Amino acid sequence: MNIQEKTAISAQELLAPDSHGNSSVKYILLALVVVCALLVPVVVKDPSHQNLAILILMAAQLGVAWNIVGGYAGQVSLGHVAFYGLGAYTSTLLLTQWGLNAWLAMLCGGILAALISLVIGWSCFRLNGHYFGMATIAVAEIIQIIFTNWEYAGAAVGLTIPMDQQGWGSMIFADKEPYYYIALGLLLLTLLTNYWIENSYLGYYFRAIKDEPDAARSLGINLSRYKQIAFAVSSFFTAVGGSLYAQKELYIDPGSVLHTGLSIKMALVSILGGVGTLLGPVIGAGVLTFIEEGTRALFGGSGRGTDLVIYAALIVVIAVYYPTGVMGWIKQFFARRKAVQAQQVKDAKGETA
Amino acid sequence: MSLEILIQTLASGILIGLIYALVAIGLTLIFGVMDIVNFSHGEFLMFGMYSSFWMYSLFALDPMFTLPLTALFLFALGVMLYKLIIKKITNAPMLSQIFTTFGLMMLFRGLAQFFWKPDFRTVDHSIVSGSMQIFGIQVGTPQVTAGVGAILVTAGIYLFLTKTRAGAALEATAADKEAAQLMGIDSQKMFAMAWGIGAACAGVAGALLSTFFPIFPEVGANFILIAFVVVNLGGFGSVIGALFAGIIVGVIEVMGGFLIGPQYKLALVLSLFLAVLMFRPQGLMGKQ
Repeated sequence: MNIQEKTAISAQELLAPDSHGNSSVKYILLALVVVCALLVPVVVKDPSHQNLAILILMAAQLGVAWNIVGGYAGQVSLGHVAFYGLGAYTSTLLLTQWGLNAWLAMLCGGILAALISLVIGWSCFRLNGHYFGMATIAVAEIIQIIFTNWEYAGAAVGLTIPMDQQGWGSMIFADKEPYYYIALGLLLLTLLTNYWIENSYLGYYFRAIKDEPDAARSLGINLSRYKQIAFAVSSFFTAVGGSLYAQKELYIDPGSVLHTGLSIKMALVSILGGVGTLLGPVIGAGVLTFIEEGTRALFGGSGRGTDLVIYAALIVVIAVYYPTGVMGWIKQFFARRKAVQAQQVKDAKGETA
Repeated sequence: MSLEILIQTLASGILIGLIYALVAIGLTLIFGVMDIVNFSHGEFLMFGMYSSFWMYSLFALDPMFTLPLTALFLFALGVMLYKLIIKKITNAPMLSQIFTTFGLMMLFRGLAQFFWKPDFRTVDHSIVSGSMQIFGIQVGTPQVTAGVGAILVTAGIYLFLTKTRAGAALEATAADKEAAQLMGIDSQKMFAMAWGIGAACAGVAGALLSTFFPIFPEVGANFILIAFVVVNLGGFGSVIGALFAGIIVGVIEVMGGFLIGPQYKLALVLSLFLAVLMFRPQGLMGKQ
């Protein structure tokens, strides 16, 4: 995992628009990262370690999805868990009650979430900043209350996916490996979509909306429409992530897939890694999962929530002191090194003159 | 529904609404002055409740008598929080502001759970325990006391903001920070004061609630959502707006709980919130 992360960082440097790496090195490195990621289940055989790797991939995928609307378009959603839960519930109900193919069920969950995001976006995107964040919290709470009281969806008890039909059609497996590869595939798909958005006109529009909304409007960009596009794409992938969670755990309830803390985690993963960067959320997911699991392993046994206190304190420290995340430090580091080199060159010239 | 029940529900809606108003006033004050949404505001209320509880259970002091002390504690906590943490994010991007106060919310809940355990605690015997008859309606004395206390504090805040120099300076900072600074108002001081008063308001609300509401680390969660609704309904930064919005939300919540079931009352209030955001984003009494 460690090696993989390090390579991911260096790949990002090379992928960054202001880097000087030549493109063939870039692609070789990227291929190397993917190959390393593919080999993880072959090397790591312990199921609990495999599970950790899956958790990181899933957290990364959610962060990358959140980043589309929260990072690129700058619309801070604090209720993304609504889409996650919708995806999980839709696919689980379609699978268990209607016997639909799990992949189709996943797709349906994603589409439903995207449609609902359009309704929310239609009403909320005229609001700016804080209002949008609070509106998304309200929506998530309402959806949570509905699912907690809806008998058909298992109410507070939740839904269980029976293990009897294993295989790729129902996406139910006894081993961890298939889930690892599905999570990895989903992450890559989400990353590719992000990469495509970043380099298409959409990416420019999103950044314009985030940084200079007034200028963007005066240039004739329909702000609401592009915010909605970002929101819908983000919601779709978040819901698909929720479906994957349901398939992996084979059990969902409002506490596990509609929990407010999850909305925060999705955003936090992006912030930790670097908001509005392609690979930031992937790094953030790695760091956050290690912090979470680490504090739980070290302090979780006390039964007094020490791990939560440390986790929360870290969030505050990061939000106050390192708002640009890991990607920000890396960029700063390279900028400083460049400045030092430039200074050295200058000094050298000064000496010869 | 008989008239008697209607009036009874209305009364309890208004009484809890006054508490909501008091919580929301603190939130709106901080937002009005600093443009920061304090997600940890519900935890100020929680600390207010625990402060009352501990003085009650350790020293047998009644929450009503220790109320000024609780207000003072929370004022100090608010100012300290501003000086230690919030000051650093005054001009930070919105994202880091949101996550700072969100992290504080989690931190405060975690600390409360760590030190005081997640148990439900109650103040069993207070001087305001019991119930009373007002105009033929049966109401709990703690609820009435809380309602009256909330009105008094709200009136006090209003008078402070409109009649005193410090209050005027605070309002001036809220209206235009730069201009206020040019007039010689120390905005840092004003920010600290807003956090102090805001926290104290929530703390007093917590103290008033402590005589009839269970006390536990996550108690703020319910109140922060409702406070958001109240603040939006009343218009960000408006104290009088928050007072009326608090009462409206309280009545709708209690009525809704009575008519469609208590499990949906929060959903009803949040739907109202979304409707207001859609049709009147500046709130009922807010400026355009």
